[in-house]
Amino acid sequence: MLEAILSLTALGIVLGTILGLAARYLKVEGNPLVEEIEQMMPGTQCGQCGYPGCAPAAEGLVKGEAEVTLCPPGGKSLAAALAEKLGVEVDLSKMENKDKALAFVNEDLCIGCTRCFQVCPTDSLLGAPQQLHTVISDICTSCEDCIDICPTGALSMVVVEKTVQTWHWPMPKSHNKETTL
Amino acid sequence: MTQIPPMSGPYLRKNKSVRRSMLLVMAALTPATAYGFYLFGWPAIILFSITLGSALVFEVICLLIAKRSVSMFALDGSAILTAWLLAISLPPWAPWWIAVVGSGIAIVIGKQVFGGLGQNVFNPAMVARVALLISFPLEMTTYMQPLVIFSEGAPTFMDSMSIIFGAGNFDAVSSASLLDTIKTDLGQGVPLGEIMDGRYSPANWILGNSISSIGEGSALLLILGGIALIFGRIITWYIPVSTIVALGVIATIFNLIDPSQYPDAMVHLFSGATMLAVFFIATDPVTSPMSPKGQIVFGIGLGLLVYIIRTWAAYPEGVSFAILLMNAMTPLIDRYVRPRIFGRTQKGTPLNLSEKS
Amino acid sequence: MEIFDIQGGAKLDGRKSLTADLAIIKMPIPNILHIPLQQHIGAPAEPIVNHGDRVLKGQLIASSKGVISAPIHSPTSGTVKRIGDFTAPHPSGLPVLTLTLEPDGLDEWTELPDPLDMETATSQEIADRVSNAGIVGMGGATFPSAVKLNLGKRFNLEMLVINGAECEPYLTCDDRLMQERTEKTVMGIKVMMKALGVPKALIAIETNKPLAFKAMEKECANDGNIHIVHVPARYPMGSEKHLVQALTGKETPAKGMTADLGVVVHNVATAFAVYEAIYMGRPLISRIVTVSGQVIKKPGNYETLIGTPVSSLIELSGGMTGTPKQLLMGGPMMGQPLPNLDVPIIKGSSGVLALKDTEIKDKNVMPCIGCGSCVMVCPVALLPLDMASRIQHDDIDGADTIGVRDCVSCGSCNYVCPSHIPLVQYFNYAKGSLKKQDVDRRNQDRMKTLAQNRALRDEKNLLALDRKRADRQAYKAAMSKMISNKPDSNDKGHETDNGLDIK
Repeated sequence: MLEAILSLTALGIVLGTILGLAARYLKVEGNPLVEEIEQMMPGTQCGQCGYPGCAPAAEGLVKGEAEVTLCPPGGKSLAAALAEKLGVEVDLSKMENKDKALAFVNEDLCIGCTRCFQVCPTDSLLGAPQQLHTVISDICTSCEDCIDICPTGALSMVVVEKTVQTWHWPMPKSHNKETTL
Repeated sequence: MTQIPPMSGPYLRKNKSVRRSMLLVMAALTPATAYGFYLFGWPAIILFSITLGSALVFEVICLLIAKRSVSMFALDGSAILTAWLLAISLPPWAPWWIAVVGSGIAIVIGKQVFGGLGQNVFNPAMVARVALLISFPLEMTTYMQPLVIFSEGAPTFMDSMSIIFGAGNFDAVSSASLLDTIKTDLGQGVPLGEIMDGRYSPANWILGNSISSIGEGSALLLILGGIALIFGRIITWYIPVSTIVALGVIATIFNLIDPSQYPDAMVHLFSGATMLAVFFIATDPVTSPMSPKGQIVFGIGLGLLVYIIRTWAAYPEGVSFAILLMNAMTPLIDRYVRPRIFGRTQKGTPLNLSEKS
Repeated sequence: MEIFDIQGGAKLDGRKSLTADLAIIKMPIPNILHIPLQQHIGAPAEPIVNHGDRVLKGQLIASSKGVISAPIHSPTSGTVKRIGDFTAPHPSGLPVLTLTLEPDGLDEWTELPDPLDMETATSQEIADRVSNAGIVGMGGATFPSAVKLNLGKRFNLEMLVINGAECEPYLTCDDRLMQERTEKTVMGIKVMMKALGVPKALIAIETNKPLAFKAMEKECANDGNIHIVHVPARYPMGSEKHLVQALTGKETPAKGMTADLGVVVHNVATAFAVYEAIYMGRPLISRIVTVSGQVIKKPGNYETLIGTPVSSLIELSGGMTGTPKQLLMGGPMMGQPLPNLDVPIIKGSSGVLALKDTEIKDKNVMPCIGCGSCVMVCPVALLPLDMASRIQHDDIDGADTIGVRDCVSCGSCNYVCPSHIPLVQYFNYAKGSLKKQDVDRRNQDRMKTLAQNRALRDEKNLLALDRKRADRQAYKAAMSKMISNKPDSNDKGHETDNGLDIK
């Protein structure tokens, strides 16, 4: 009996010391997770998630305030990556891959006020004062920041139509619980 | 014409189905089972029917509770095959409730709670057999001397009903199986040669005139059934061959070291459930590894475990335990034993041509 | 010659007897032609004719755009009716830019280039001619052939392999071509050898085509450099990398090409198209299409103009006996379902199949029982059941780590699966999603850089503005000290203006 108590106590002391030392000498400065997650985010600071930018959103994620599905531009793939990084379970099948939509300038309404390209995070809106503006669709992040600022409603989000090149096979329709693989 | 959303090809299918595979396995089991009926008579037949019937009832109840298609799953043959395998590994004169409890364990706990067909981790028949063996050791190890059906002294149908349902007393010579005897007698210090004397003749074991479970009697018929399955491409040879080789080799080694303590390979291979297990139970696709290499690893592990459990553990018959243990290993084997992908090294990097030549 | 083993593979019921003995029939010109401008892998061709133009047979109507692309020629003479979106022969049923031509029935040829003199022609000249003729891989891959004929420049090539395996069931168009147009095909092969600069060619034919084998062997009897090889009729023998393995015993590295092993593979029908381009100056405007299946009244091999609607092809061949259960372009293993009957025949259409339900054996999907049949037949040594289960559970990256991208979508696993699980569709879905993920990720990286640059610039501008303001204030302070204590209202107004301007 005494032996058992003594040996367990000794074991506890030794292991505790090791843990204490480890905590002191192998300490990690700051919270690297926030930085890592910020790296994973789109980085366009679009604010669609409700946070003022990607860095605060990353902090929110680490604190557990935000869902991993918060970032519309990042989509399903980002959500999956975040879930893995943060070790949380998330049902991604409900998160539909939203159809990608891009900003589009209605040329009849645009007055060339330049407000839209001042807010565009990726400089995908071009133009000059008093001249029509246009969108470089390749680099539009779908952040929708320009939509609200446009005084004439000339900007709208237009869903990108699928083409033969971008189409791919859907999940088979037998995808149900009857036939779990 | 073309479905919306479209279904991808290929648009040809080989004439195969789950039900067909199950039926063929049953067909391969039929000779050994029929021979068991012949050897052990009406009690075996009644016990067999009870097991199959109750398994079907359990299956249907589970499917109804889970709200799954009864017509699609209850008749896929898997529940019947499971019950069949369980029934023929029961002692021929076991009471009816052993059959019902066994079926319940196999279908409900062994299979349906995991999600039904294809989802179970352990072979359901073996789960039931082990559970019965541990819970009811007396009933599960009381074997009979064969009493050929319709022969003099064999129980009639009515006798058999009373045997199985425990109403009357019927005189018969009950006995322990060979592996039981070896285990007990060796434990009491009786030398092996003496135990085996008169109890063991290879011809008997292979032909199957022995004290055993219903379907384990004839190793020969089981082997023939298994070979038919291999040629019919229902099972592959990897698991049976690797198990037999591993068990044979380890048994031979120990037999050479000390013949008075360790029976030879023949005893291990042809007695007990070995042949039934290697051809019909270990090859259960759901609970064995998917790749050929993995199956060989599985077979070797199984052979060694059978020997270890039979020789040094408390139970004389190690097959069912060994199978369950290897079932548990299967996900691990599948994870680490993978085929080399075309154009890649075993590690998965693309082949380097300059290195190779 | 020694034939090496290939991994896995399935023995299929060939069903070639429906059409194997029927000679190639030339199809009449249909009433209308729909010519998609993307019939190949790579960038779509650009139309160079306008609505209402009269075009001649063989005239260039859309030019190639970029290195990996192919031009398109008019299959007959007629008037351009429309250039616009039209449903593509693609499972999605989505439209592609298509040129609709109304034939005038005259079938009047344009002026064709002179035949190339094979004595003097250089490798580049041959490749250019093939490129200008719009020839693409006719086995179904539709990769621009000229690019593959130019590989001699980048690789140390040893031999040309001509793929006459035709391992897909039903299809017999290559079989018939080799039997009926033997001489021209072999001449095409010799041109290809010259373009590639290889001394040797192997023509691989599956053992189920003895007549084609005999015909080709007879034609090449006097040529020591071309050998005809029987390969076992085991699907997917016609897969490029597997064919090369069967012939040379060498394995093409993942992500690599057979050219890494010194071997280039071309389809036998491509060789014939090359012959036409070099010796006749003709561009690729028609191809042999196997029309088969139990719903087709008169199955056969039909030489069809590119752009012929499938409905016209079936009608002209004799029609159907009923509604098919499945309508396919290509073979039954890797072919694509057609969205409707109006879609046109394109350069890669080897077959049109109208199949009865008894031919398809569409059955209920059961759970996977882990039988491993799919593992045994996979020619790439993947674990199809494992990949499919990961994909079903939305773990596409997990499927990626175990090799779903190496899957060649041959369908062998799907064919043998006793549970009838649509394995190939799971893999096609995963491959499509992974590709999309890659594109998204690349775009996102680019946008991130753009956004960061912009943020930096904004910051700099703000700093510059601050400095300006500070300077101005310092100046103002100095001024007011120097002159008097009266504030200057003008200055203030200016400053606010400035502030607004930047805000």
